[in-house]
Amino acid sequence: MLHRFTMFVRLTATLSALFLLLLISGRAAAQGGPQPSAANEVLIKNAVVMTVTHGNIQNGSIYVKDGKIAAVGANVSASSSATVIDAGGKYVTPGIIDSHSHIALDDDVNEATSPITPQMMMIDAFDYHDKAIYRGLAGGVTTSLLLHGSANMIGGQAVVIKHKYGANRDAMLFPGAPRSIKFASGENPKRVYGSREQLPSTRMGNFAVQREALVQAQDYMRDWDTYQAKVKGGDKDAVPPKHDLKLEALADVLRGKLLVQIHCYRADEFLTEMAMAKEFGYKVRAFHHALEAYKVPEKLAAEGVGIATFSDWWGYKNEAWDAIPWNAVMSMLKGVRVAIKSDSEDFARRLNQEAAKTMRYGGATEEEALKMITLNAAWIIGVDDRVGSIEVGKDADLVIWDGYPLSSYGVPNRVLIDGDTYFDRSLPGFGMPHYKEGQ
Amino acid sequence: MRKRAASFFVTSQYAPLVLAFFTVFLVRLAPAQQKPVVLRGGKLLTVSHGTIANGVLVMENGKITAVGDAASVKIPSGARVVNVAGMTVYPGLIDSETQLGLTEISAEQMTNDLVEVSDEIMPHMHVFDAFHAESELIPVTRINGVTNAIVAPQSRDTLPGQDAFVQLAGRSADDMLMVRDIAMPLNFTGAERRNQGPFDKRKFPSTRMGLAAQLRQAFLDAQDYAQKWADYEKKKGEGPSGDDKGKKEPVAPKHDLKLEALVPYLQGKKPVVLAAEEASDLETAVRLAHEFNLKLVLNHISHSQPVLDEVAKLGVPVIVGPIYEDPKPEERYDTIYRLPGDLFKRGVKIAFASFDAHNSRNLPYQAGFATAFGLPYDEALKAITLNPAQIWGLGDKLGSLDSGKIANVVVATSDPLDVRTEVKQVFINGQEIPLTSRQTRLRDEYGGK
Repeated sequence: MLHRFTMFVRLTATLSALFLLLLISGRAAAQGGPQPSAANEVLIKNAVVMTVTHGNIQNGSIYVKDGKIAAVGANVSASSSATVIDAGGKYVTPGIIDSHSHIALDDDVNEATSPITPQMMMIDAFDYHDKAIYRGLAGGVTTSLLLHGSANMIGGQAVVIKHKYGANRDAMLFPGAPRSIKFASGENPKRVYGSREQLPSTRMGNFAVQREALVQAQDYMRDWDTYQAKVKGGDKDAVPPKHDLKLEALADVLRGKLLVQIHCYRADEFLTEMAMAKEFGYKVRAFHHALEAYKVPEKLAAEGVGIATFSDWWGYKNEAWDAIPWNAVMSMLKGVRVAIKSDSEDFARRLNQEAAKTMRYGGATEEEALKMITLNAAWIIGVDDRVGSIEVGKDADLVIWDGYPLSSYGVPNRVLIDGDTYFDRSLPGFGMPHYKEGQ
Repeated sequence: MRKRAASFFVTSQYAPLVLAFFTVFLVRLAPAQQKPVVLRGGKLLTVSHGTIANGVLVMENGKITAVGDAASVKIPSGARVVNVAGMTVYPGLIDSETQLGLTEISAEQMTNDLVEVSDEIMPHMHVFDAFHAESELIPVTRINGVTNAIVAPQSRDTLPGQDAFVQLAGRSADDMLMVRDIAMPLNFTGAERRNQGPFDKRKFPSTRMGLAAQLRQAFLDAQDYAQKWADYEKKKGEGPSGDDKGKKEPVAPKHDLKLEALVPYLQGKKPVVLAAEEASDLETAVRLAHEFNLKLVLNHISHSQPVLDEVAKLGVPVIVGPIYEDPKPEERYDTIYRLPGDLFKRGVKIAFASFDAHNSRNLPYQAGFATAFGLPYDEALKAITLNPAQIWGLGDKLGSLDSGKIANVVVATSDPLDVRTEVKQVFINGQEIPLTSRQTRLRDEYGGK
């Protein structure tokens, strides 16, 4: 699988040069084709609208204007010029949001040369040609958080994308999404560095490395604050401290400018991570994987920490041995904000089924299950004011399903992002109106 | 070993004690069904003869003894009658490739007995020698309705060993191993080329040519080996005749476990499970298999879409999946999701496999998903019940709700292929299995429901 992926990556790399040429010469013409343009109006009617925040609307409509949801309800007035999509009585949900992904990074997931690499920017590795973006889109995913891997205690800064396959790179970046940084803990860092007889090789080592980095960042921040205070006070001889990208990024963590996303499995490590966050004055946004959240859900809820977890994946390593499929619902019932994420090219294509499993394991309601792959995932990424539910003013990222979405049988018929159709199952070839083969 | 244990048993002064212990042991660990169990009022998905809306199913002595409409089936006296009205009842599911009992924690090497990689040709490795009956994965699997599985070595060798067919209940391997050495995988996907690398580090075989040549040689050697033994047996059987009285007894050939393991497959007595992905690999491997008249079951063929008509002409079953395998960049997103339906349309008998251990329990969802891509529902259900039973030569024992079959029966809240459905009861050999696993124990310990 890995081998094939690498081959593909090479192929796309070769094709990308060609593509650039095409982009310059024919792109504008290609986009002016038959599909309605993003700026225009769309009316989706005759749908069961699963709004996530205010129930289901039978025989509902959604009116989209300028890429945003302009109206939603049983009776919606739309301009007569709107392109009408008859959903044929099928379900419409918000676009699925994957709060933990490593696709489209051309295998550059881990800068595993040092356990502290907060200055890594995932956007620098973003490969917008990766067909995994398309395959996720065809599974209803419209937004993904592309994270650094878990080799390092403090990895790099994430990029948030919209799955607008066929559009250009910049159009795929989620505009104005907050910055997230990836932390990790447990087996991965200690295995990666321990196998080289380096620090860290134990959980003590893991946290020592992390604490040391944060202490350095405190000093760095203090030096800069002192300098700036001097400048403000009119000190013309003040010498600026040396810039350090690594410490600058960590200082931003301490300043609360970054959402801290922590790869963490074991209950004891949640507690250590939260204690360290308290000690240094930053907040943990979410624990990722978090397979033992069910053991200490009250503690997570008290700190307002979310989790991005698997539905039922378990046993692949020691720290995944206590995973149980009831984790999501048991945590949710104790007040933890829960998202189901993919962390995999494969699961990203059927997150709806993964979320549906929470209905069976612990009895999540339809809305609670759907929330785990929409609004809660959006909150983890920090874009819940923009996406994750069908509400007026939000981005028109919508999925029209064939079959009931929270079942084995739910399959997207059509996926819109910012009101524009990026996937249409009924089309031949790849089913993507914005993508031309050979691109 | 066995002999020594027996003599200890007979001669020891503790014999009565030992006998008592074994009696208790056998009763507890190899439970036989105590009294007839009747499932009354459920919707029966018989698989072999349609759906019975309001049915009755009777299990006695580990077998299904009656299946039919509530009005027509006589309930035996003294039976335990379970009201399953509103529930769906179906045969235990069969996963056609797993590593159950060969692994516990994937990343912990000492818990893995997946495959020997010292050589590509290892047909004398027997899954039954490693099968770990007490694996925590087994209860996790069976409480979701998967009652039987093929256990195969991991596919890193061309010939990694021989599969076992297991029943997922019983406390010892002997209880659970229904058929030892039921089939032999033959992997030809290109992934077995582990000796590739820099030219100076390469060793034979490092290419598909090498793997094919090595395989061909192994089969030829096994043919010769079988011939030598046949000659020997023949000579021995003839005995010293009048003229040959002075002659020596024929000398037995030297035993070779590796070659011996291949003989039943060369004789077509058991199926070879041929795994390939691309059409070119599939064609090469099938050609080779035909040279030796191997009896075939195809496996995966996830990227063989261009030759599906040829596959159909072979007239052999196909284990499909996992349909979640990534398509190639130039392929549409649903290319592999459609494969089960595309094969069915061509008249190919298919079965699904999880190719997993920890999440073998999710087998039915794969079948359900395939129905969204052209596979009829009844065929999807069949592909995890009756089809695999037939493919593995157990069609008279498993795979449908029919009188005379082993009573592996599942009671669930609804449609077995849907992720939302909850399994409520599992019977294996007519014995109700407690719906507990390491995971339910952890759930209960931490107050979940």
